[in-house]
Amino acid sequence: MRHRKILPAGWLGWGDMMSKQPFNSSEMMTIAASRALTSEDVCFVGIGAPSAACNVARLTHAPDITLIYESGTIGTAPDVLPLSIGDGELCDTALTTVSVPEMFRYWLQGGHITIGFLGAAQVDRFGNINTTVIGDYHKPKVRLPGGGGAPEIASCCGKIYITMAQSKRGMVDKIDFFTSFGHGEGGDHRQRLGIETKGPSLLITDLAIWHPDPETKEFVVTALHPGVTRDMVQDTCGWKVRFSDVVEETPPPTELELTTLRELKERTAAAHEERGR
Amino acid sequence: MAQFMPLPDAIHDNLKDGDKAAFEGFTHLIPTAAAHEAIRQGISDLILIRMTTDLIYDQMIGMGLARKLVFSYAGNPGVGLLRRVRDAVENGWPRPLELEEHSHAALASAYEAGAAGLPFAVFRGYRGAGLAKVNPAIRSVTCPFTDEVLAAVPALRPDVTFIHAQKADRKGNVLIEGIVGIQKEAVLAARRAVVTVEEVVEEFSGLHPNACVLPHWTITAISVVPGGAHPSYAHNYYKRDNAAYIEWDEIAADRKRFRAWMDEHVINATPEDFAGRVAGLG
Repeated sequence: MRHRKILPAGWLGWGDMMSKQPFNSSEMMTIAASRALTSEDVCFVGIGAPSAACNVARLTHAPDITLIYESGTIGTAPDVLPLSIGDGELCDTALTTVSVPEMFRYWLQGGHITIGFLGAAQVDRFGNINTTVIGDYHKPKVRLPGGGGAPEIASCCGKIYITMAQSKRGMVDKIDFFTSFGHGEGGDHRQRLGIETKGPSLLITDLAIWHPDPETKEFVVTALHPGVTRDMVQDTCGWKVRFSDVVEETPPPTELELTTLRELKERTAAAHEERGR
Repeated sequence: MAQFMPLPDAIHDNLKDGDKAAFEGFTHLIPTAAAHEAIRQGISDLILIRMTTDLIYDQMIGMGLARKLVFSYAGNPGVGLLRRVRDAVENGWPRPLELEEHSHAALASAYEAGAAGLPFAVFRGYRGAGLAKVNPAIRSVTCPFTDEVLAAVPALRPDVTFIHAQKADRKGNVLIEGIVGIQKEAVLAARRAVVTVEEVVEEFSGLHPNACVLPHWTITAISVVPGGAHPSYAHNYYKRDNAAYIEWDEIAADRKRFRAWMDEHVINATPEDFAGRVAGLG
């Protein structure tokens, strides 16, 4: 097993910024996901892990990113992470708030959103996502919340990023239900269905960074987070994992990234404990 | 013409057994007080419509009010699953529940079509999505100009829509501010519309010319219920009670605990109790 460590130019100078604090795999996942975003992106934000990553990006290297939540809030800049996609914090800090039909019809379907950032209960190697049922649709073992905006987010955003913690239950050979279509059976399946957007383009887990193979569209591991082995990735994944020819090591969190994430989580926890009588 | 009346009367006059009823509010301004009054009055056999089916439908379905649910998301937002909806779907408790499941884009478009007086909604959606295979109400149309095949769903025309809003004026015009969601479309699509409000003012003043106002002649009945959206929130009045959403996950996990909670907080409560529930959420 061989991990290549690619050191970017100026790495030694950057080394001073790297966090000397220990970090956990969930923090590494959120921070790795945040690095995929830029100030130019217009990003449709899923709740949970995607929301944390998008806001860490906004508070660190991508201050001008446009974050959009499906409740209609455009260009929002929450000080604490919302529990739901419609918390008041999102509206208070948004550039503008539009109605839900306008959000889905003009902004999403109209092709104005560059990235959809989704979480998943189940994902397969082609980035197809299930958040609807475990088991048969008509006689489900577990009835999950369902897709919400995801079916059209997956087909209308310029590309899709997915973030989730790895587990054999979550990363499966076959998903039970196609809540949102990724690359289907792979290859040009999207184009054959008349979907013109790029689809799943990045998968960030708590262990690794994955990109789709340009031809087959199967997710391939392109980087391992610090301290992660190939066996750890395979042991928590339900399909036979492919690794790219060159597997890099994800740079560990910087002091700024880690502090930003932790302060965001602390503010969020304090805010969510406030309650009525 | 909007008539002001106490909430029990507004529910009694406008919600009948078997109705297609929408209780809308996209995480904000959820008409909880109206839902609780419907539970107290024991209305049954409802076809419930709602995009973000959350706590109020978990409660109504757990109390056996509904025979069918038309929805696009059935979760406790940010927390997890809806355990009473799950129990109805997976185990038929307290009664079986028929599901008609859509995506948000579909239901938003379907309400819009209803408000626009059209028979169906057309949109670019459901491509590759499993719902199109399990829901016979999801069909397609071919564009007569480009030959593009697009998704089609029937328009939503509720018998009655319930919403909560910040305020009404004395004439019964209703102002909605903040995340306005799907409420305007849901009201205009419905045969009857019932609104609960935080307060009534003599007249609106200083409104932005583009404010979301529903004229009094689009509304059937208005009831003043301060705090009536709790545990969701009313922009500029009180914050979302996130702790209550987190707590609901435990309450709803157990049938007995659920029924005990419903007895205490709904069956043996009144609309006037809502004001106290938001007192700490200013």
